[in-house]
Amino acid sequence: MNCSEESQTTITELPEPAGVAEPRAQLRTGGTMAAARPRDAPGALRELPPVPSTSRTGIAELSVRQRMREKLKAAKSKAEITLSQEYPSPQPRRLKGVRGRNPEVRLDKVSDNDKFREMREDETHLPPKVKFRDSVKKLKHKSTFQNDFPSEEEAYNFFTFNFDAGRENMKSGARKRNGLNEEDEAEGECVETHEDEQEEDETDEDVHLIKDEDLFMGRTDEDFVVMKPAECENYSEQLKREKEFLFIPSMLTVPVSEKMPENMQPRYLEDEGLYTGERPFVSQSNQNILENRILRQEQGKEWFGDDGKILALPNPIKQSPTRPPIFSLEEGIAPELETVYRKAIKMTSANQYFVGPGDFQGLFQLDIDISGLIFTHHPCFSREHVLAAKLAQLYDQYLARKQKNLTKLLTDKLHALRNAVQCSIEGAGDGVPVAQQSISEYKMEVRETRRLRDAEQEKDRMLLKTIIKVWKQMKSLRDFQKFTNTPMKLYLRKEEVDQQSDEKAYEAEIQAEIKELLEEYMEEYEKKMEEYKTELQDWKSWKKMQKSKKKKKKKDINEDEESEDYDFDEERIKPIPPKTASRLEIEQQVREKADSCRRKPGEPVLIPELVLSGNVTPTEECPRAEVLRREDVKKRSAFIKVLFNSKEVSRTVTRPISSDFRVHFGQIFNLQIINWPESLKLQIYETMGMSSSTLLAEVFIPVPETAVLTGSTPLEEIEFSSNQRVMLDHEGVGSGVSFSFEADGSNKMTLMTSGKVSNSVSWAVGEKGIPLIPPISQQNTGIPSALKNIDAIASIGTSGLTDMKKLAKWAAEAKLDPNDPNNAALMQLIMVATSGEAQVPDFFRLEQLQQEFNFVSDEEFNRSKRFRLLRLRSGEVAEFRNYKQVPLHEREISEKIFQDYEKRLQERDVIDSKNYLDAHRAIVANYLQKVRESVINRFLIAKHHFLLSDLVNEEDILSLGILGLGLFKLAEPKRPLRPRRKERKKVTAQNLSDGDIKLLVNIIRAYDIPVRKTVMSKLQQPSKSSRSFNEMFAASPSAQSPASSPDWAFNQVLVRPFVEVSFQRTVCRTTTAEGPNPNWNEELELPFRAPNGDYSTHSLQAVKDEVFINVFDEVLHDAVEDDRERGSGIHTRIERHWLGCVKIPFTTIYFQARIDGTFKVNIPPVLLGYSKEKNLGMERGYDSVRNLSEGSYITLFITIEPQLIPGESVREKFDTQEDEKLLQAAEKYEAECTSKFPSRQCLTTVIDLDGKTVFITRYIKPLNPPQELLDAVPNRSHTAAELVARYVALIPFLPDTVSFAGICDLWSTSDQFLYLLAGDEEEHAVLLCNYFLGMGKKAWLIIGNAIPEGPTAYVLTLEQSQYVIWNPSTGCFYGQYDTFCPLQNVYCLISSDNIWFNIQEYDSPVRINFDISKPKHWKSFFSRSLPFPGLSSIQPEELVYQHSDKAAAEELQSRIEKILKDKIMEWRPTRPTRWNRYCTSTLRNFLPLLEQNQGKDVEDDHQAELQKQLGDYRVSGFPIHMPYSEVRPLIEAVHSTGVHSIDVSNVEFALAVYIHPYPQNVLSVWIYVASLVRNG
Amino acid sequence: MATGAAAMAAPSVFLLAVSGEIESGQFPGFDDLYCKFCFVYGQDWVPTAGLEEGISQITSKSDVSPTTLVWNFPIDITFKSTNPFGWPQIVLSVYGPDFFGHDVVRGYGAVHVPFTPGRHRRTIAMFVPESTSMLQQFTSWLTGRRPEFTDPKVVAQGEGREVTRVRSQGFVTISFNVMTKDLKKLGYDVTPSDLQSPSLGPGAQGLHKY
Repeated sequence: MNCSEESQTTITELPEPAGVAEPRAQLRTGGTMAAARPRDAPGALRELPPVPSTSRTGIAELSVRQRMREKLKAAKSKAEITLSQEYPSPQPRRLKGVRGRNPEVRLDKVSDNDKFREMREDETHLPPKVKFRDSVKKLKHKSTFQNDFPSEEEAYNFFTFNFDAGRENMKSGARKRNGLNEEDEAEGECVETHEDEQEEDETDEDVHLIKDEDLFMGRTDEDFVVMKPAECENYSEQLKREKEFLFIPSMLTVPVSEKMPENMQPRYLEDEGLYTGERPFVSQSNQNILENRILRQEQGKEWFGDDGKILALPNPIKQSPTRPPIFSLEEGIAPELETVYRKAIKMTSANQYFVGPGDFQGLFQLDIDISGLIFTHHPCFSREHVLAAKLAQLYDQYLARKQKNLTKLLTDKLHALRNAVQCSIEGAGDGVPVAQQSISEYKMEVRETRRLRDAEQEKDRMLLKTIIKVWKQMKSLRDFQKFTNTPMKLYLRKEEVDQQSDEKAYEAEIQAEIKELLEEYMEEYEKKMEEYKTELQDWKSWKKMQKSKKKKKKKDINEDEESEDYDFDEERIKPIPPKTASRLEIEQQVREKADSCRRKPGEPVLIPELVLSGNVTPTEECPRAEVLRREDVKKRSAFIKVLFNSKEVSRTVTRPISSDFRVHFGQIFNLQIINWPESLKLQIYETMGMSSSTLLAEVFIPVPETAVLTGSTPLEEIEFSSNQRVMLDHEGVGSGVSFSFEADGSNKMTLMTSGKVSNSVSWAVGEKGIPLIPPISQQNTGIPSALKNIDAIASIGTSGLTDMKKLAKWAAEAKLDPNDPNNAALMQLIMVATSGEAQVPDFFRLEQLQQEFNFVSDEEFNRSKRFRLLRLRSGEVAEFRNYKQVPLHEREISEKIFQDYEKRLQERDVIDSKNYLDAHRAIVANYLQKVRESVINRFLIAKHHFLLSDLVNEEDILSLGILGLGLFKLAEPKRPLRPRRKERKKVTAQNLSDGDIKLLVNIIRAYDIPVRKTVMSKLQQPSKSSRSFNEMFAASPSAQSPASSPDWAFNQVLVRPFVEVSFQRTVCRTTTAEGPNPNWNEELELPFRAPNGDYSTHSLQAVKDEVFINVFDEVLHDAVEDDRERGSGIHTRIERHWLGCVKIPFTTIYFQARIDGTFKVNIPPVLLGYSKEKNLGMERGYDSVRNLSEGSYITLFITIEPQLIPGESVREKFDTQEDEKLLQAAEKYEAECTSKFPSRQCLTTVIDLDGKTVFITRYIKPLNPPQELLDAVPNRSHTAAELVARYVALIPFLPDTVSFAGICDLWSTSDQFLYLLAGDEEEHAVLLCNYFLGMGKKAWLIIGNAIPEGPTAYVLTLEQSQYVIWNPSTGCFYGQYDTFCPLQNVYCLISSDNIWFNIQEYDSPVRINFDISKPKHWKSFFSRSLPFPGLSSIQPEELVYQHSDKAAAEELQSRIEKILKDKIMEWRPTRPTRWNRYCTSTLRNFLPLLEQNQGKDVEDDHQAELQKQLGDYRVSGFPIHMPYSEVRPLIEAVHSTGVHSIDVSNVEFALAVYIHPYPQNVLSVWIYVASLVRNG
Repeated sequence: MATGAAAMAAPSVFLLAVSGEIESGQFPGFDDLYCKFCFVYGQDWVPTAGLEEGISQITSKSDVSPTTLVWNFPIDITFKSTNPFGWPQIVLSVYGPDFFGHDVVRGYGAVHVPFTPGRHRRTIAMFVPESTSMLQQFTSWLTGRRPEFTDPKVVAQGEGREVTRVRSQGFVTISFNVMTKDLKKLGYDVTPSDLQSPSLGPGAQGLHKY
């Protein structure tokens, strides 16, 4: 703030403009500078740092100020005098605003006046005026403690008055000094403060502060040094300029007078007793602002009402609720909730255009004749047209009047009446009072008629005058525009009349009228006279009374003089006697009237005649605008649509509008209708050029009366008009546009497009002259027929119709026939009403509309077989899920359909021992069924949750690497030398049908098929068909005993095997190969049929069928009986001998998509007539691996064509009792693992039978195997292990995927498993693992992939530093390096306290290291970072076993034997089946032996024994060993061997069953089937 | 048992014969398209004659009228049914080569076979599923493997559609000639056969007298 001294002084010289503005601001801040420093220097106020030379400036200031003050005073007093002379008193209203008067009021006034003077000139100065006053008020307020300063009035005057000296002084000073800017600004601020009075104080202040800051902050030193010429702007000019564009509405009340139109007093409607309503509240100040603002506007006063207030609607918010309260009829139920049932009503109105069956009465016909269209106004009318139309209209009117000729009629009547009056008067001499009566009546009549006649005459005359006037107008227009548009011409025919007679008649008429009028007046006069007389009488009497009163008053001065006075005031006027009508006056009146409305006597009668003979000026001669108009008209055309019941039925042809604006159609439309028409409508359309048509108007045509028939109807004209607004740029006057005929544009008229349609509507007449009119009764279809036919209203009144009881009573009394269909509606109404009243619904109906949609009653719905079938199908009940073609009729549905279903429903609870032969298993089956159903229900819900991938096939996002590879692939050869198998396209199961899916079985080769032994040959040394456990692990694989018999090499045919694949009872076979290691390489194709033809995913998952791959030996027997024929022909009989089989469930194929590998053929332990040959010599290469395992193998490739997409497991989160942390860790672990090895399954949690998620390690716990088993082999733990494994394997296998339709893997605990006696690999594996743990072995659960099972669970044990892999479902075990181990991949190992995931490169058991202690190879779940939390097992503490029940087993055994025998006989329907009892008993004895030895090492003894016993029979047969679950699989197994299919005539059969019971009802079933053919 | 006459009197199935053609398609910006159709119907429906599925020839736009691709591919099929539930729908899917010559889908659409006898024309708005992301869109554009419905019949069912996002793309016009037999006898009144609104009456055209 380096303001120089000079600048300081300049400021002081100024008569304190800053002082006016600034202090205000400063003072209000209160605590800031003003409070801190004494206000001695106004300049200092603005300077933030104190100026050192304040005192000096103060002195200088004072001196200057003093001088100035004096000058001001002088000037002021002068001004005051002049002002006060000019404006004697300021308006008191203004003074009101200035409150808190002080001694300076006078000055205030002066300044006010001062300002006022300026503003007076312009009314709009009002707000600034007010403002100024405010500002003055403020200044004044401040001035009380600013005595040293020039007061406000001084400052003000300084600016407003011109006192030259001071001004010049200032100016000269200002010119020199550079600090002047500041002054200017100060000045400006001063102005602003004046202007901004309305603003809030704070903002005011802020503005200044900011300004100040800007002022000084933005200023560099240079700014102060630079000399600039002073830019001084005259303050008043500035003010004036700002006034031009600034306006700040005042907050003060606007005087009413300004809001009202001039010379109007405000009118308060409320005071007049009218209701005005309450206005919404608006604060007074806002209202004032608004009013001030509005007044500024040009037409601001329009906004004010009569009472001087802004127009406002009354407050719309009502104080009290208007909804009427509801009173309930019934108590207890809230009235709003009460529902009333109404039966669905068929809407008749919707149907009324349709003919119901039966009431079709033929077609009726309505003829609509549309002859034409005349426009009485059209936008293209020229002015002349307008006049012509007017003229034509007038002329029409004239003609119409003339036709009616009312004047003549009335005149005649008048004459007649007059004559009658005359007659009666003449004949009145008789003095008949009746005549007197009639005379007066006649007179009345005469008067009336005369009045009417006069009116008519006047009208006639006016019409004539108007016609002539319009014609004249037209003529002048034609002259003016110099062309004619219309051919109209008006002729006025003068009809000369006889002057004499006419005058006479005229005079006579007048005289008669005068006479009548005289009479009339006389009558009136008399009447009035009468009145006058009575009135006079009254008056006189009153007068008298008055006089007497006066006298009284004089006597005593009465107290109630005032009341008397009142009477005096009302001096009664003396009645004036009525005037007598003078004849002259009347005559004059009559004549005047006659002149105006009647033809003068002697004047010729004018008869106008309008002809269309005039010439229209040809277009060439017209001016341009007119040519345009005519062209426009030519472009236009019109047509009419006929609408019947608001539907367009036909339309006329489009005809151009002629130059006289007429359109001729002349079309007749014959409408053939069925019902009485509802409405007939014509729509008039106009088209212009090529553009679309516009609807001009709609005309409703009345439906003709039934009597109106075609041929007899005249054309009617129906007027129409349109409110369309058209403006044209040519001579056409447009429509809806005002125009004028006058030159000065006055007398404007606005015409709308209008016209007339001439048409006729009538009913057609049929061939036989019968009018084709629909029965009129159809019109009122809305009335219920029952009420229409019987007049109930007449009998009980209208109100009775609503009172149901009354109505019912009436119906009873009237003895309405309740069976009459006409009464049906009424009877029902009555019934519903009377019965419904008693019922009070005691429930709340949620779907109250449901009833409306019930198309049959519930009972019927339940009874109907069809509905039931449909319902079951839509409920996806298994039996009906894909039921096709539900019959339409009830009778076509047989009860049988439901039998199965009902049976199942019943069986749900009833245990069927017949099917299961074992009570326990029946219970278990039921239990399983229930679990399955509940799971399936859950699944069905989940099935309807779709994911995008279910619906849309989208390629996965390719990572950049793959994308690169893909690009690289483009360069690849199209047909590579080493092609790779490509993934086939998968097919969703939805769009498949029977026959689409095929099962492809590729049988490649087999190894080690058993070979035949000739019966006679010596028993060979048994091959190393089995190994003992000890041998296998303890000893190193010893060399095979050289078993090759010397004779086999010479034996031509060892075996001729072929493979037969049976699936769903379809059988396919390969060709026959030779030798024990055949190579077929054949593809078999088997059709697949889904149950119920349902190819949906979940149905396919539930397919229980298995693929049986049976290996047979084809044996050719020489069938030639006679040796002599041997030379001439070959007669051989083919026999086939079952050698073994492989079973693969369909679901496995379905889920695996393809099965590729070598499988062990399940060969019965004893194959009579066959032996296993070790053909070492031939397959040397395989020896080293092969010799370790026993049995035959077959290499297969199985797949489904087309490939099906296996269903996904349920995307449902199961509830759990596990710790949330653990689950999160599990998820993380799984995610980590699968991200590294996506193909390896990582299992951490499984779902138990209750559908809860359980951590997998909880399943593993040492458990005790049945003591019986341990007791059997006390010493050899290995044998015991084998025994235990066998026991576990004996528990029937039931894949979860089958039972639970692939939804999820349910893991049951071991006790559940043993109770259910059914489970899949997991349960077996868990149990076996637990047993091994219980036996003190080191055991783990392997989660891996095996063939053919797919993802499965095996058990791993550590035996003498070797790892052994156990297949829990077969009981077999394999060494780690066994190539024929079905386990292909190992994913993870599970123990009771940890999970290890295989993170080695390979996952084949042969190639991996099972040492779980190496974290490089195995990733453990629980580690140091996440220690095992000690999860308790869900397994029971100890397994309790039921002891085996021998008796039950034996019973079962005999029953099974019987069933199987029956079945074999059943399968051989054409041939007799003989049973060899002897053989059977032999076999039966032999079976327990097999069980004891577990199928090993018995064959040879057995063979020998059999041979010995059966002697000359050729026996082929084998024992089948199965775990027992139910009968069906046993039957299937027997059937698949094909033993029954032997068709040698003398064949005999033997069948024996043995069941060995194990603890906990585990049964081992042996079935020995054999066929015996007697040799020779 | 019912004789022939009795069977006539009380039919147990009704027949729906549909003929017509897939007339043309409008696929602005695409050319060389072919069209596949198949019928989707409920469990109570059995096609008795005619082709249930078909694939049309490839058609190119003509130079003269470049907006429509005309197939004029006939459809002719007869159904029998016991239940109007599952009324047949025709499902169309249009394919054609993309910029790189890959065969990609250009639109799916379905419409119910009209149930009133007579000739009907239907214009079906076609749509294709959208890629789930911009990247997907790009890669699918590049590889020519656009998202497709797992089964075109998806478009005839309402279930699960909420998970898809589609973009409309073109129109296909089909005309149907529909005949039904025994429908009314079995109590299904689909035709306002006795609707004889005066506007449709035979004489309604009127005599034009000039």
